[in-house]
Amino acid sequence: MNVTRRQTFMLGAGAVAFATLGSQATIAFATEESDKLIAEFSGGKEATAGKIKLKAPEIAENGNTVPISFTVDSPMTADNHVASVMLLALGNPGPAVGTFNFTPMSGEASASTRIRLAKTQEVLAMAKMSDGSIFMDKKTIKVTIGGCGG
Amino acid sequence: MGITTRFTKLTLATIGAFALSSSIALADADDNELVIEGMKMTTMVEGAEDGPVDEVYSGWRFRSEETQALETDDFENPAFSAVDRGKELWTTVTGSEGKSCASCHDKAEDTMKGVRASMPKWDKATSKPITLEQQINRCRKDRLGAEKIKFDNADMLAMTSYIGLQSRGMPVNVDTSGPMSEWAEKGKKIYYTRVGQLDMSCANCHEDNYGKRIRADHLSQGQINGFPTYRLKWNGLGSVHRRFKGCMKNIRAKPYKVGGDEFVALELYVASRGQGLSVETPAVRN
Amino acid sequence: MAKSKPRVKVPKKAAKGDIITIKTLISHKMESGRRKDKKTGELIPRRIINHFKVEFNGAEVFSANLEPSVSANPYVQFKAKVTESGTFKFTWTDDDGSVYSTEKKIAVE
Repeated sequence: MNVTRRQTFMLGAGAVAFATLGSQATIAFATEESDKLIAEFSGGKEATAGKIKLKAPEIAENGNTVPISFTVDSPMTADNHVASVMLLALGNPGPAVGTFNFTPMSGEASASTRIRLAKTQEVLAMAKMSDGSIFMDKKTIKVTIGGCGG
Repeated sequence: MGITTRFTKLTLATIGAFALSSSIALADADDNELVIEGMKMTTMVEGAEDGPVDEVYSGWRFRSEETQALETDDFENPAFSAVDRGKELWTTVTGSEGKSCASCHDKAEDTMKGVRASMPKWDKATSKPITLEQQINRCRKDRLGAEKIKFDNADMLAMTSYIGLQSRGMPVNVDTSGPMSEWAEKGKKIYYTRVGQLDMSCANCHEDNYGKRIRADHLSQGQINGFPTYRLKWNGLGSVHRRFKGCMKNIRAKPYKVGGDEFVALELYVASRGQGLSVETPAVRN
Repeated sequence: MAKSKPRVKVPKKAAKGDIITIKTLISHKMESGRRKDKKTGELIPRRIINHFKVEFNGAEVFSANLEPSVSANPYVQFKAKVTESGTFKFTWTDDDGSVYSTEKKIAVE
């Protein structure tokens, strides 16, 4: 059977679609794990959207190095500051990304890092304040299977 | 019936995904300006009158904004751990002669300025063009009494990125005259020859379709002004020949040998296609 | 095995009360524990930098617990408020128990 280039590309392109569909088993596992991590971090407290802003690219050129950052609106005084921020990659086989712990000496509760994303998914940033209140922000990042050449 | 339906659904989903991605992403090279550590880089030059393209673009112009940003700052640029190592190796004694690069070449910042910008160069000893990696190995063997190392060995990449950095901002300037012209022609022939199961040549993607997408990758002109390059895909630096090899594998062709005549000729020709672009070594790409 | 090398960027001086930006990076594979050896098919064991700590004149300013979803050569940028001159100490802890650290001084007037 003669496989035309067009057919080969379409077959290959199907893989892009696959990246977003994922597998049911993996999604279920990640959700359980994420729920557990969120419950542990928040102490069961309800999370409010706001105060924390997550910055992430809309499309990541490569899933192994995705730059993300966050800032939290807080006076960062001894009585009123951000204690920690937890990042979760909700679609990764292991959703935990990292937890960043701040002090009033931080001056500003913000950080930048580079993360691995296995596929298109939501990244969640959750902030815990010194008074225990919880805030959150979420962003969807599309991850492409691109990059020719080796 | 079931399989056909599923394939059709996938095909529609894919077309949908492509339509989405084309509307978000630019189809051509973007207009962004590259400034690295305060130095403005030339990422576009007018093509030669009889040249293959009207405008010659650095690969930087085809990358996403986040990837582009990584190259603008020497701390953000993930290649610099290797550059630091290269700087260390420069003064490290290695081999039987008790010498280091610095023993002959003093400060790289002075003596290596412009070297990478004009590689590959003509080599009298072998009557062939010689790449930077091959020149380093020549020095290692003949002067340091040290073993040759592979093009993509971590120490070699540390050296080529450190030495390459000393040409950053300078225009690519390869000599294709005299004895080099035969090799440039050889490289040109390879560039335009279809090979492999997919029956494609370098030109099919990098000349005929640059700016378009192949699957999710935004095709560049395949210029090599930034090599050795830190590729997010490799999570590390890689040489020109490694990249050539990867492209050939993608089209299901048997790759030529790293450091062999074909890739050296191809490197010379491809470098000449980027004449005038600023050296960006070590560049960041996807 | 390549030794893990830290790189840190801290301004050399600042004014009292300034909030400065600090950039850090350490070369490390961050082996996630989910990759398979191509030849044997066995899972490659996890080995990552799991903790990063920043102290100023002995007091902890910032820290991060890192997980396998952090990219290789972990890059962390954060802020610090400086009120006096002193020394920042940066410490990275590896799963295998290794500890890497480096220091940077800052003059604050």
